[in-house]
Amino acid sequence: MITVKDLTKRYARTIAVDQISFEVAKGQIVGFLGPNGAGKTTTMRMLTCFLPPSAGTATVAGFDVLEHPLEVKRRIGYLPETPPIYPEMETAEYLKFVGKLKGLSGADLGKRVDYVCGRCAISDVKNKLLGKLSKGYRQRVGLAQAIIHNPDVLILDEPTAGLDPKQINETRDLIKDLAGEHTIILSTHILPEVEQTCEQVIIINKGKLVATDSVRNLQARARGAESVVIEVAGRNGTLDVPIVQHKLEQVSGVSRVLCKQQIDSRALFEVESQKGRSVRGDLARTVVQCGWDLNELRPAAMSLEEIFLQLTGSEAPAERAEEPKVLVQESQQ
Amino acid sequence: MRNIWIICRKELGSYFASPVAYLLLTMFGVIFGFFFWNALGYFVVEGMEMQMRGQSFPMNLNEQIIRPLLSNVGVIGLFFIPMITMRLFAEEKRTGTIELLATSPVRDLEIIVGKWLAALILYCCLLLFTAVNFAFLFKYGNPDWKPLAMGYLGLLLQAGALLAIGTFISTLTKNQIIAGAATFGVELLLWVIGWVGEYETSMWARVLSYLSIITHFESFGRGVLDSKDAVFYLTLIFLGLFFTARSMESLRWRS
Repeated sequence: MITVKDLTKRYARTIAVDQISFEVAKGQIVGFLGPNGAGKTTTMRMLTCFLPPSAGTATVAGFDVLEHPLEVKRRIGYLPETPPIYPEMETAEYLKFVGKLKGLSGADLGKRVDYVCGRCAISDVKNKLLGKLSKGYRQRVGLAQAIIHNPDVLILDEPTAGLDPKQINETRDLIKDLAGEHTIILSTHILPEVEQTCEQVIIINKGKLVATDSVRNLQARARGAESVVIEVAGRNGTLDVPIVQHKLEQVSGVSRVLCKQQIDSRALFEVESQKGRSVRGDLARTVVQCGWDLNELRPAAMSLEEIFLQLTGSEAPAERAEEPKVLVQESQQ
Repeated sequence: MRNIWIICRKELGSYFASPVAYLLLTMFGVIFGFFFWNALGYFVVEGMEMQMRGQSFPMNLNEQIIRPLLSNVGVIGLFFIPMITMRLFAEEKRTGTIELLATSPVRDLEIIVGKWLAALILYCCLLLFTAVNFAFLFKYGNPDWKPLAMGYLGLLLQAGALLAIGTFISTLTKNQIIAGAATFGVELLLWVIGWVGEYETSMWARVLSYLSIITHFESFGRGVLDSKDAVFYLTLIFLGLFFTARSMESLRWRS
Protein backbone atom coordinates (compact mmCIF):
# COMPACT_ATOMS: atom_id res chain seq x y z
CA MET A 1 0.00 0.00 0.00
CA ILE A 2 2.78 2.37 0.92
CA THR A 3 6.28 2.07 -0.44
CA VAL A 4 8.99 4.43 0.69
CA LYS A 5 12.42 4.29 -0.84
CA ASP A 6 15.47 6.32 0.23
CA LEU A 7 13.18 9.15 1.25
CA THR A 8 15.20 12.21 2.24
CA LYS A 9 14.25 15.69 3.38
CA ARG A 10 16.89 18.35 3.64
CA TYR A 11 16.34 21.79 5.03
CA ALA A 12 18.79 24.63 4.64
CA ARG A 13 21.35 23.26 7.05
CA THR A 14 19.88 20.14 8.56
CA ILE A 15 18.76 16.78 7.27
CA ALA A 16 15.39 16.04 8.82
CA VAL A 17 14.87 12.65 7.23
CA ASP A 18 17.78 10.64 5.92
CA GLN A 19 17.24 7.89 3.35
CA ILE A 20 14.37 6.08 4.96
CA SER A 21 12.96 3.00 3.24
CA PHE A 22 10.05 0.87 4.36
CA GLU A 23 6.90 -0.77 3.13
CA VAL A 24 3.45 -1.06 4.60
CA ALA A 25 1.08 -3.77 3.46
CA LYS A 26 -2.63 -3.26 2.97
CA GLY A 27 -4.73 -3.33 6.12
CA GLN A 28 -1.74 -3.12 8.43
CA ILE A 29 -1.47 -0.83 11.38
CA VAL A 30 2.00 0.54 11.75
CA GLY A 31 3.52 2.50 14.59
CA PHE A 32 5.95 5.20 13.73
CA LEU A 33 8.16 5.56 16.72
CA GLY A 34 10.88 7.96 17.66
CA PRO A 35 11.88 10.62 20.14
CA ASN A 36 10.70 14.16 19.57
CA GLY A 37 12.38 15.71 16.57
CA ALA A 38 13.29 12.37 15.03
CA GLY A 39 11.62 13.19 11.72
CA LYS A 40 8.27 11.47 12.21
CA THR A 41 6.13 14.45 11.29
CA THR A 42 8.34 15.35 8.34
CA THR A 43 8.05 11.83 6.94
CA MET A 44 4.30 11.88 7.37
CA ARG A 45 4.05 15.26 5.71
CA MET A 46 5.94 13.90 2.74
CA LEU A 47 3.58 10.94 2.52
CA THR A 48 0.58 13.27 2.54
CA CYS A 49 2.09 15.50 -0.18
CA PHE A 50 2.30 18.45 2.19
CA LEU A 51 6.06 18.56 1.80
CA PRO A 52 7.91 17.44 -1.29
CA PRO A 53 10.83 15.06 -0.62
CA SER A 54 14.35 16.29 -1.41
CA ALA A 55 15.34 12.88 -2.71
CA GLY A 56 13.97 9.37 -2.91
CA THR A 57 10.45 8.26 -3.71
CA ALA A 58 7.27 7.52 -1.86
CA THR A 59 4.24 5.86 -3.41
CA VAL A 60 0.82 5.48 -1.88
CA ALA A 61 -1.56 2.97 -3.47
CA GLY A 62 0.69 2.92 -6.50
CA PHE A 63 0.79 6.69 -7.04
CA ASP A 64 3.96 8.71 -6.61
CA VAL A 65 3.62 11.64 -4.21
CA LEU A 66 5.46 14.00 -6.55
CA GLU A 67 3.94 12.93 -9.85
CA HIS A 68 0.31 12.34 -8.91
CA PRO A 69 -0.28 14.31 -5.71
CA LEU A 70 -4.02 14.67 -6.33
CA GLU A 71 -4.49 10.91 -6.66
CA VAL A 72 -2.48 10.32 -3.50
CA LYS A 73 -4.42 12.98 -1.58
CA ARG A 74 -7.69 11.38 -2.63
CA ARG A 75 -6.62 8.13 -0.98
CA ILE A 76 -5.22 9.56 2.23
CA GLY A 77 -6.86 10.71 5.40
CA TYR A 78 -4.56 12.80 7.54
CA LEU A 79 -4.76 13.95 11.12
CA PRO A 80 -1.95 16.41 11.84
CA GLU A 81 -0.54 16.87 15.32
CA THR A 82 -3.05 19.60 16.14
CA PRO A 83 -6.48 18.80 14.70
CA PRO A 84 -7.00 21.19 11.75
CA ILE A 85 -10.31 22.69 12.83
CA TYR A 86 -11.89 26.07 12.29
CA PRO A 87 -13.09 27.32 15.68
CA GLU A 88 -15.89 29.38 14.15
CA MET A 89 -17.53 26.37 12.48
CA GLU A 90 -19.97 23.84 13.88
CA THR A 91 -18.99 20.19 13.92
CA ALA A 92 -21.41 18.99 11.24
CA GLU A 93 -20.78 22.04 9.09
CA TYR A 94 -17.04 21.45 9.32
CA LEU A 95 -17.30 17.77 8.43
CA LYS A 96 -19.47 18.68 5.47
CA PHE A 97 -16.89 21.18 4.31
CA VAL A 98 -14.06 18.65 4.56
CA GLY A 99 -16.21 16.02 2.86
CA LYS A 100 -16.84 18.35 -0.05
CA LEU A 101 -13.17 19.20 -0.27
CA LYS A 102 -12.40 15.50 -0.53
CA GLY A 103 -14.88 15.09 -3.35
CA LEU A 104 -18.07 13.90 -1.65
CA SER A 105 -21.43 15.42 -2.54
CA GLY A 106 -25.18 15.09 -2.25
CA ALA A 107 -26.79 12.32 -0.21
CA ASP A 108 -23.48 10.52 0.01
CA LEU A 109 -22.01 13.42 1.95
CA GLY A 110 -24.84 13.47 4.50
CA LYS A 111 -24.57 9.74 5.03
CA ARG A 112 -20.83 9.86 5.57
CA VAL A 113 -21.12 12.76 8.02
CA ASP A 114 -23.66 10.79 10.06
CA TYR A 115 -21.53 7.68 9.85
CA VAL A 116 -18.27 9.27 11.04
CA CYS A 117 -20.10 11.14 13.79
CA GLY A 118 -21.39 7.83 15.10
CA ARG A 119 -18.08 6.12 14.62
CA CYS A 120 -16.06 8.73 16.47
CA ALA A 121 -18.72 9.34 19.14
CA ILE A 122 -19.24 13.00 18.35
CA SER A 123 -22.93 12.90 17.46
CA ASP A 124 -23.79 14.78 20.65
CA VAL A 125 -21.67 17.80 19.67
CA LYS A 126 -22.82 17.97 16.06
CA ASN A 127 -24.24 21.45 16.40
CA LYS A 128 -21.63 22.91 18.71
CA LEU A 129 -18.93 25.36 17.73
CA LEU A 130 -15.61 23.60 17.33
CA GLY A 131 -13.86 26.35 19.27
CA LYS A 132 -15.89 25.44 22.35
CA LEU A 133 -15.15 21.72 22.29
CA SER A 134 -12.79 20.04 24.73
CA LYS A 135 -9.45 18.69 23.58
CA GLY A 136 -10.75 15.12 23.49
CA TYR A 137 -13.69 16.04 21.29
CA ARG A 138 -11.48 18.09 18.99
CA GLN A 139 -9.17 15.15 18.55
CA ARG A 140 -12.13 12.93 17.66
CA VAL A 141 -13.46 15.51 15.24
CA GLY A 142 -9.98 15.49 13.72
CA LEU A 143 -10.16 11.74 13.38
CA ALA A 144 -13.67 11.94 11.90
CA GLN A 145 -12.39 14.47 9.39
CA ALA A 146 -9.60 12.08 8.39
CA ILE A 147 -11.91 9.16 7.66
CA ILE A 148 -14.80 11.06 6.10
CA HIS A 149 -14.02 10.07 2.52
CA ASN A 150 -13.26 6.48 3.51
CA PRO A 151 -9.60 6.64 2.48
CA ASP A 152 -7.42 3.61 1.87
CA VAL A 153 -4.66 5.03 4.02
CA LEU A 154 -4.91 6.84 7.34
CA ILE A 155 -2.00 8.87 8.59
CA LEU A 156 -2.28 9.95 12.20
CA ASP A 157 0.30 12.20 13.80
CA GLU A 158 0.34 11.61 17.55
CA PRO A 159 -3.40 10.94 17.77
CA THR A 160 -3.38 10.62 21.56
CA ALA A 161 -1.19 13.57 22.46
CA GLY A 162 -2.67 15.77 25.13
CA LEU A 163 -5.61 13.52 26.02
CA ASP A 164 -6.48 12.22 29.46
CA PRO A 165 -6.01 8.48 30.16
CA LYS A 166 -9.64 7.59 29.51
CA GLN A 167 -9.68 9.45 26.23
CA ILE A 168 -6.37 7.85 25.26
CA ASN A 169 -7.90 4.40 25.73
CA GLU A 170 -10.99 5.36 23.75
CA THR A 171 -8.93 6.79 20.93
CA ARG A 172 -6.73 3.70 20.82
CA ASP A 173 -9.76 1.44 20.67
CA LEU A 174 -11.18 3.54 17.88
CA ILE A 175 -7.94 3.32 15.92
CA LYS A 176 -7.75 -0.43 16.42
CA ASP A 177 -11.32 -0.61 15.25
CA LEU A 178 -10.52 1.26 12.08
CA ALA A 179 -7.58 -0.98 11.26
CA GLY A 180 -9.69 -3.51 9.41
CA GLU A 181 -10.84 -1.05 6.77
CA HIS A 182 -7.84 1.21 6.41
CA THR A 183 -4.11 0.94 6.30
CA ILE A 184 -2.95 3.03 9.22
CA ILE A 185 0.30 4.75 10.06
CA LEU A 186 0.37 6.41 13.43
CA SER A 187 3.25 8.24 14.98
CA THR A 188 3.89 8.45 18.66
CA HIS A 189 6.60 8.69 21.24
CA ILE A 190 4.53 6.78 23.75
CA LEU A 191 5.73 3.20 23.69
CA PRO A 192 2.89 1.24 25.29
CA GLU A 193 0.68 2.73 22.63
CA VAL A 194 2.62 0.95 19.94
CA GLU A 195 2.67 -2.29 21.92
CA GLN A 196 -1.09 -2.09 22.32
CA THR A 197 -2.26 -0.94 18.94
CA CYS A 198 0.29 -1.75 16.28
CA GLU A 199 1.37 -4.89 14.52
CA GLN A 200 4.40 -3.37 12.94
CA VAL A 201 6.87 -0.83 14.27
CA ILE A 202 9.11 1.56 12.44
CA ILE A 203 11.64 3.19 14.73
CA ILE A 204 13.47 6.26 13.58
CA ASN A 205 15.99 8.39 15.38
CA LYS A 206 17.64 11.60 14.21
CA GLY A 207 16.13 11.13 10.77
CA LYS A 208 17.53 7.66 10.28
CA LEU A 209 15.68 4.36 10.22
CA VAL A 210 16.74 2.32 13.24
CA ALA A 211 14.51 -0.72 13.02
CA THR A 212 11.43 -1.94 11.23
CA ASP A 213 9.81 -5.16 12.31
CA SER A 214 6.78 -6.61 14.02
CA VAL A 215 6.41 -5.85 17.71
CA ARG A 216 6.92 -9.48 18.69
CA ASN A 217 10.01 -9.95 16.53
CA LEU A 218 11.55 -6.83 17.91
CA GLN A 219 11.07 -8.02 21.45
CA ALA A 220 12.56 -11.38 20.63
CA ARG A 221 15.44 -9.82 18.76
CA ALA A 222 16.42 -7.47 21.50
CA ARG A 223 16.25 -10.13 24.15
CA GLY A 224 18.27 -12.78 22.34
CA ALA A 225 17.92 -15.35 25.11
CA GLU A 226 14.86 -16.13 27.19
CA SER A 227 14.83 -14.75 30.67
CA VAL A 228 12.68 -15.08 33.77
CA VAL A 229 12.31 -13.02 36.88
CA ILE A 230 12.29 -14.92 40.12
CA GLU A 231 11.79 -13.71 43.68
CA VAL A 232 13.14 -15.81 46.50
CA ALA A 233 12.57 -15.31 50.22
CA GLY A 234 14.40 -16.90 53.15
CA ARG A 235 12.33 -18.75 55.76
CA ASN A 236 13.87 -17.40 58.97
CA GLY A 237 14.32 -13.77 58.02
CA THR A 238 17.71 -14.13 56.41
CA LEU A 239 18.80 -14.97 52.93
CA ASP A 240 22.29 -15.54 51.68
CA VAL A 241 22.21 -14.04 48.23
CA PRO A 242 25.45 -15.53 46.84
CA ILE A 243 24.33 -19.03 47.82
CA VAL A 244 20.97 -18.62 46.12
CA GLN A 245 22.70 -17.25 43.07
CA HIS A 246 25.10 -20.15 43.01
CA LYS A 247 22.28 -22.69 43.31
CA LEU A 248 20.28 -21.08 40.55
CA GLU A 249 23.28 -21.09 38.26
CA GLN A 250 23.62 -24.79 38.69
CA VAL A 251 20.20 -25.46 37.23
CA SER A 252 20.78 -26.92 33.80
CA GLY A 253 20.10 -24.56 30.92
CA VAL A 254 20.74 -21.39 32.91
CA SER A 255 23.38 -19.17 31.41
CA ARG A 256 23.40 -16.15 33.69
CA VAL A 257 21.90 -15.06 36.98
CA LEU A 258 21.61 -11.46 38.01
CA CYS A 259 20.55 -10.21 41.40
CA LYS A 260 18.46 -7.19 40.70
CA GLN A 261 17.22 -6.20 44.12
CA GLN A 262 17.41 -7.26 47.74
CA ILE A 263 15.05 -6.17 50.50
CA ASP A 264 15.61 -7.78 53.89
CA SER A 265 15.22 -11.50 53.35
CA ARG A 266 13.81 -11.25 49.87
CA ALA A 267 15.79 -11.04 46.65
CA LEU A 268 14.85 -10.57 43.04
CA PHE A 269 16.87 -12.35 40.38
CA GLU A 270 16.82 -12.21 36.65
CA VAL A 271 17.72 -15.55 35.19
CA GLU A 272 18.74 -15.88 31.57
CA SER A 273 18.59 -19.24 29.93
CA GLN A 274 19.81 -20.63 26.67
CA LYS A 275 17.49 -20.18 23.77
CA GLY A 276 14.66 -22.64 23.45
CA ARG A 277 15.03 -24.19 26.92
CA SER A 278 12.37 -23.83 29.52
CA VAL A 279 13.98 -23.69 32.96
CA ARG A 280 11.08 -22.46 35.01
CA GLY A 281 10.10 -25.83 36.40
CA ASP A 282 13.66 -26.67 37.43
CA LEU A 283 14.16 -23.26 39.00
CA ALA A 284 11.04 -23.62 41.11
CA ARG A 285 12.04 -27.09 42.26
CA THR A 286 15.54 -25.97 43.19
CA VAL A 287 14.30 -23.07 45.27
CA VAL A 288 11.79 -25.18 47.15
CA GLN A 289 14.23 -28.05 47.69
CA CYS A 290 16.76 -25.68 49.23
CA GLY A 291 14.16 -24.59 51.77
CA TRP A 292 13.44 -21.08 50.46
CA ASP A 293 10.12 -19.59 49.59
CA LEU A 294 9.28 -18.94 45.96
CA ASN A 295 7.38 -15.64 45.91
CA GLU A 296 7.26 -14.95 42.22
CA LEU A 297 8.25 -16.52 38.95
CA ARG A 298 7.44 -14.90 35.61
CA PRO A 299 8.88 -14.54 32.13
CA ALA A 300 10.63 -11.21 31.73
CA ALA A 301 9.37 -9.81 28.50
CA MET A 302 11.51 -6.93 27.51
CA SER A 303 9.31 -3.90 27.18
CA LEU A 304 9.38 -1.96 23.98
CA GLU A 305 10.71 0.87 26.05
CA GLU A 306 13.92 -0.99 26.74
CA ILE A 307 14.22 -2.06 23.13
CA PHE A 308 13.64 1.48 22.04
CA LEU A 309 16.25 2.89 24.34
CA GLN A 310 18.64 0.15 23.36
CA LEU A 311 18.13 0.92 19.69
CA THR A 312 18.15 4.68 19.88
CA GLY A 313 21.00 4.49 22.38
CA SER A 314 22.18 6.64 25.25
CA GLU A 315 19.47 7.29 27.81
CA ALA A 316 19.18 3.82 29.35
CA PRO A 317 22.28 3.74 31.61
CA ALA A 318 21.67 7.21 32.96
CA GLU A 319 18.16 6.34 34.02
CA ARG A 320 19.25 3.14 35.71
CA ALA A 321 21.87 4.93 37.73
CA GLU A 322 19.29 7.23 39.21
CA GLU A 323 17.45 4.41 40.94
CA PRO A 324 19.25 4.02 44.26
CA LYS A 325 17.75 0.72 45.39
CA VAL A 326 18.90 -1.32 42.48
CA LEU A 327 21.93 -3.39 43.14
CA VAL A 328 23.52 -4.90 40.11
CA GLN A 329 25.76 -7.84 40.82
CA GLU A 330 27.33 -9.74 38.05
CA SER A 331 27.47 -13.43 38.72
CA GLN A 332 30.92 -14.89 39.12
CA GLN A 333 30.90 -17.05 36.07
CA MET B 1 -14.44 25.23 -10.42
CA ARG B 2 -16.43 23.32 -7.83
CA ASN B 3 -13.51 23.42 -5.43
CA ILE B 4 -13.12 27.17 -5.85
CA TRP B 5 -16.75 27.59 -4.86
CA ILE B 6 -16.38 25.27 -1.84
CA ILE B 7 -13.41 27.27 -0.55
CA CYS B 8 -15.13 30.56 -1.33
CA ARG B 9 -18.31 29.57 0.54
CA LYS B 10 -16.27 28.48 3.55
CA GLU B 11 -14.35 31.77 3.60
CA LEU B 12 -17.52 33.81 3.37
CA GLY B 13 -18.94 31.72 6.19
CA SER B 14 -15.88 32.52 8.30
CA TYR B 15 -16.19 36.25 7.57
CA PHE B 16 -19.81 36.31 8.61
CA ALA B 17 -19.44 33.92 11.54
CA SER B 18 -16.93 36.24 13.17
CA PRO B 19 -17.51 39.92 13.89
CA VAL B 20 -15.08 40.88 11.09
CA ALA B 21 -17.64 41.22 8.33
CA TYR B 22 -20.18 43.06 10.47
CA LEU B 23 -17.57 45.42 11.83
CA LEU B 24 -16.33 46.27 8.34
CA LEU B 25 -19.85 46.68 7.00
CA THR B 26 -20.87 48.96 9.86
CA MET B 27 -17.76 51.08 9.70
CA PHE B 28 -17.92 51.40 5.96
CA GLY B 29 -21.64 52.19 6.04
CA VAL B 30 -21.15 54.95 8.58
CA ILE B 31 -18.08 56.45 6.92
CA PHE B 32 -19.48 56.38 3.43
CA GLY B 33 -22.82 57.67 4.69
CA PHE B 34 -21.01 60.66 6.13
CA PHE B 35 -19.12 61.29 2.87
CA PHE B 36 -22.38 61.10 0.95
CA TRP B 37 -24.26 63.41 3.30
CA ASN B 38 -21.38 65.85 3.19
CA ALA B 39 -21.15 65.88 -0.60
CA LEU B 40 -24.89 66.21 -0.97
CA GLY B 41 -25.10 69.02 1.55
CA TYR B 42 -22.40 70.94 -0.27
CA PHE B 43 -24.15 70.34 -3.59
CA VAL B 44 -27.48 71.62 -2.29
CA VAL B 45 -26.06 74.71 -0.63
CA GLU B 46 -24.04 75.57 -3.72
CA GLY B 47 -27.10 75.12 -5.91
CA MET B 48 -29.16 77.48 -3.76
CA GLU B 49 -26.41 80.12 -3.77
CA MET B 50 -26.21 79.94 -7.55
CA GLN B 51 -29.92 80.50 -7.82
CA MET B 52 -29.84 83.42 -5.43
CA ARG B 53 -27.10 85.07 -7.48
CA GLY B 54 -29.17 84.47 -10.55
CA GLN B 55 -26.46 82.46 -12.24
CA SER B 56 -27.39 79.29 -14.05
CA PHE B 57 -24.19 77.35 -13.84
CA PRO B 58 -24.97 73.77 -14.86
CA MET B 59 -25.27 71.50 -11.85
CA ASN B 60 -24.48 67.87 -12.50
CA LEU B 61 -25.04 65.05 -10.04
CA ASN B 62 -22.67 62.74 -11.89
CA GLU B 63 -19.80 65.18 -12.00
CA GLN B 64 -20.25 66.78 -8.62
CA ILE B 65 -21.38 63.92 -6.41
CA ILE B 66 -21.00 60.49 -7.94
CA ARG B 67 -17.56 60.89 -9.45
CA PRO B 68 -15.75 62.34 -6.42
CA LEU B 69 -17.55 59.92 -4.11
CA LEU B 70 -16.50 56.93 -6.16
CA SER B 71 -12.86 57.95 -6.00
CA ASN B 72 -13.32 58.47 -2.26
CA VAL B 73 -14.55 54.88 -2.04
CA GLY B 74 -11.27 53.83 -3.65
CA VAL B 75 -9.36 55.66 -0.93
CA ILE B 76 -11.52 54.29 1.90
CA GLY B 77 -10.90 50.87 0.36
CA LEU B 78 -7.19 51.28 1.02
CA PHE B 79 -7.99 51.15 4.72
CA PHE B 80 -10.55 48.36 4.54
CA ILE B 81 -8.87 45.96 2.15
CA PRO B 82 -5.99 45.03 4.49
CA MET B 83 -8.59 44.15 7.12
CA ILE B 84 -10.33 41.87 4.64
CA THR B 85 -7.26 40.03 3.40
CA MET B 86 -5.03 39.84 6.45
CA ARG B 87 -6.56 36.67 7.84
CA LEU B 88 -6.90 34.74 4.58
CA PHE B 89 -3.71 32.70 4.85
CA ALA B 90 -2.08 34.01 8.03
CA GLU B 91 -4.86 32.52 10.15
CA GLU B 92 -4.70 29.14 8.42
CA LYS B 93 -0.97 29.05 8.92
CA ARG B 94 -1.26 29.92 12.58
CA THR B 95 -3.90 27.32 13.45
CA GLY B 96 -2.45 24.64 11.18
CA THR B 97 -5.57 24.27 9.09
CA ILE B 98 -3.44 25.01 6.06
CA GLU B 99 -2.34 21.37 6.37
CA LEU B 100 -5.91 20.26 5.84
CA LEU B 101 -6.27 22.34 2.68
CA ALA B 102 -2.86 21.38 1.34
CA THR B 103 -3.46 17.65 1.86
CA SER B 104 -6.93 17.67 0.31
CA PRO B 105 -7.32 16.80 -3.37
CA VAL B 106 -7.53 20.47 -4.33
CA ARG B 107 -5.10 22.50 -6.42
CA ASP B 108 -3.26 25.41 -4.81
CA LEU B 109 -4.69 27.76 -7.38
CA GLU B 110 -8.24 26.70 -6.51
CA ILE B 111 -7.58 27.52 -2.85
CA ILE B 112 -6.10 30.90 -3.73
CA VAL B 113 -8.79 31.94 -6.20
CA GLY B 114 -11.50 30.73 -3.83
CA LYS B 115 -10.16 32.86 -1.00
CA TRP B 116 -9.60 35.89 -3.20
CA LEU B 117 -13.11 35.56 -4.59
CA ALA B 118 -14.58 35.45 -1.09
CA ALA B 119 -12.69 38.64 -0.23
CA LEU B 120 -13.99 40.28 -3.40
CA ILE B 121 -17.56 39.27 -2.57
CA LEU B 122 -17.22 40.80 0.88
CA TYR B 123 -15.97 43.98 -0.79
CA CYS B 124 -19.04 43.91 -3.04
CA CYS B 125 -21.17 43.80 0.09
CA LEU B 126 -19.43 47.00 1.21
CA LEU B 127 -20.20 48.56 -2.17
CA LEU B 128 -23.88 47.74 -1.65
CA PHE B 129 -23.95 50.48 0.99
CA THR B 130 -22.83 53.01 -1.60
CA ALA B 131 -25.56 51.76 -3.93
CA VAL B 132 -28.17 52.37 -1.22
CA ASN B 133 -26.97 55.96 -0.91
CA PHE B 134 -26.85 56.54 -4.65
CA ALA B 135 -30.37 55.19 -4.97
CA PHE B 136 -31.60 58.43 -3.32
CA LEU B 137 -29.99 60.42 -6.12
CA PHE B 138 -32.02 58.45 -8.61
CA LYS B 139 -35.17 58.98 -6.60
CA TYR B 140 -34.89 62.76 -6.27
CA GLY B 141 -32.67 63.59 -9.24
CA ASN B 142 -31.83 62.42 -12.62
CA PRO B 143 -28.21 61.25 -12.85
CA ASP B 144 -26.85 59.21 -15.74
CA TRP B 145 -26.48 55.59 -14.68
CA LYS B 146 -23.83 54.62 -17.24
CA PRO B 147 -20.86 56.46 -15.69
CA LEU B 148 -21.96 55.09 -12.33
CA ALA B 149 -21.90 51.52 -13.62
CA MET B 150 -18.49 52.12 -15.18
CA GLY B 151 -17.31 53.57 -11.87
CA TYR B 152 -18.41 50.43 -10.06
CA LEU B 153 -16.58 48.29 -12.61
CA GLY B 154 -13.45 50.36 -11.97
CA LEU B 155 -13.82 50.01 -8.21
CA LEU B 156 -14.19 46.25 -8.53
CA LEU B 157 -11.08 45.99 -10.69
CA GLN B 158 -9.14 48.24 -8.35
CA ALA B 159 -10.27 46.29 -5.29
CA GLY B 160 -9.50 43.02 -7.06
CA ALA B 161 -5.94 44.18 -7.57
CA LEU B 162 -5.51 45.41 -4.00
CA LEU B 163 -7.08 42.22 -2.62
CA ALA B 164 -4.71 40.11 -4.70
CA ILE B 165 -1.76 42.00 -3.23
CA GLY B 166 -3.21 41.54 0.27
CA THR B 167 -3.75 37.83 -0.33
CA PHE B 168 -0.13 37.47 -1.37
CA ILE B 169 1.15 39.30 1.71
CA SER B 170 -1.06 37.14 3.92
CA THR B 171 0.81 34.03 2.79
CA LEU B 172 4.09 35.46 4.02
CA THR B 173 3.38 35.42 7.74
CA LYS B 174 1.51 33.64 10.50
CA ASN B 175 0.64 36.91 12.15
CA GLN B 176 -2.53 38.67 10.99
CA ILE B 177 -1.43 42.04 12.33
CA ILE B 178 1.80 41.92 10.39
CA ALA B 179 -0.04 40.86 7.25
CA GLY B 180 -2.53 43.68 7.66
CA ALA B 181 0.04 46.35 8.44
CA ALA B 182 2.31 45.32 5.57
CA THR B 183 -0.62 45.26 3.15
CA PHE B 184 -1.69 48.72 4.25
CA GLY B 185 1.85 50.03 3.84
CA VAL B 186 2.25 48.62 0.36
CA GLU B 187 -1.17 49.86 -0.77
CA LEU B 188 -0.63 53.32 0.66
CA LEU B 189 2.67 53.50 -1.19
CA LEU B 190 0.98 52.42 -4.41
CA TRP B 191 -1.42 55.29 -3.93
CA VAL B 192 0.97 58.14 -3.11
CA ILE B 193 3.59 57.03 -5.60
CA GLY B 194 1.60 58.79 -8.30
CA TRP B 195 2.06 62.21 -6.71
CA VAL B 196 5.49 62.72 -8.26
CA GLY B 197 3.78 62.96 -11.64
CA GLU B 198 2.26 66.27 -10.59
CA TYR B 199 5.48 68.27 -10.62
CA GLU B 200 7.97 66.10 -12.49
CA THR B 201 7.67 64.98 -16.09
CA SER B 202 10.82 62.96 -16.66
CA MET B 203 10.74 59.29 -17.51
CA TRP B 204 11.02 57.86 -13.99
CA ALA B 205 8.28 60.11 -12.70
CA ARG B 206 5.95 58.97 -15.45
CA VAL B 207 6.73 55.33 -14.65
CA LEU B 208 6.00 55.92 -10.97
CA SER B 209 2.78 57.71 -11.63
CA TYR B 210 1.76 54.96 -14.02
CA LEU B 211 2.23 52.49 -11.18
CA SER B 212 -0.15 54.42 -8.96
CA ILE B 213 -3.28 52.46 -8.24
CA ILE B 214 -5.44 55.59 -7.97
CA THR B 215 -4.62 57.36 -11.25
CA HIS B 216 -5.91 54.42 -13.24
CA PHE B 217 -9.29 54.90 -11.70
CA GLU B 218 -9.83 58.35 -13.19
CA SER B 219 -11.04 57.10 -16.57
CA PHE B 220 -13.54 54.76 -14.91
CA GLY B 221 -14.75 57.62 -12.73
CA ARG B 222 -15.47 59.69 -15.83
CA GLY B 223 -17.47 56.79 -17.20
CA VAL B 224 -14.92 55.81 -19.80
CA LEU B 225 -13.69 52.27 -20.21
CA ASP B 226 -10.04 52.76 -21.05
CA SER B 227 -8.51 49.40 -21.93
CA LYS B 228 -5.12 50.64 -20.75
CA ASP B 229 -6.42 51.08 -17.21
CA ALA B 230 -8.43 47.88 -17.24
CA VAL B 231 -5.35 45.98 -18.36
CA PHE B 232 -3.34 47.56 -15.57
CA TYR B 233 -5.74 46.29 -12.91
CA LEU B 234 -6.12 42.88 -14.51
CA THR B 235 -2.33 42.56 -14.67
CA LEU B 236 -2.05 43.41 -10.98
CA ILE B 237 -4.72 40.82 -10.12
CA PHE B 238 -2.91 38.21 -12.15
CA LEU B 239 0.48 39.09 -10.67
CA GLY B 240 -0.86 39.12 -7.12
CA LEU B 241 -2.46 35.69 -7.45
CA PHE B 242 0.58 34.35 -9.28
CA PHE B 243 2.90 35.46 -6.47
CA THR B 244 0.48 33.96 -3.96
CA ALA B 245 0.75 30.62 -5.74
CA ARG B 246 4.54 30.84 -5.80
CA SER B 247 4.59 31.78 -2.13
CA MET B 248 2.40 28.80 -1.21
CA GLU B 249 4.70 26.54 -3.14
CA SER B 250 7.80 27.89 -1.44
CA LEU B 251 6.02 27.44 1.87
CA ARG B 252 6.12 23.74 1.19
CA TRP B 253 9.74 23.65 0.19
CA ARG B 254 10.86 25.65 3.20
CA SER B 255 8.16 24.81 5.67
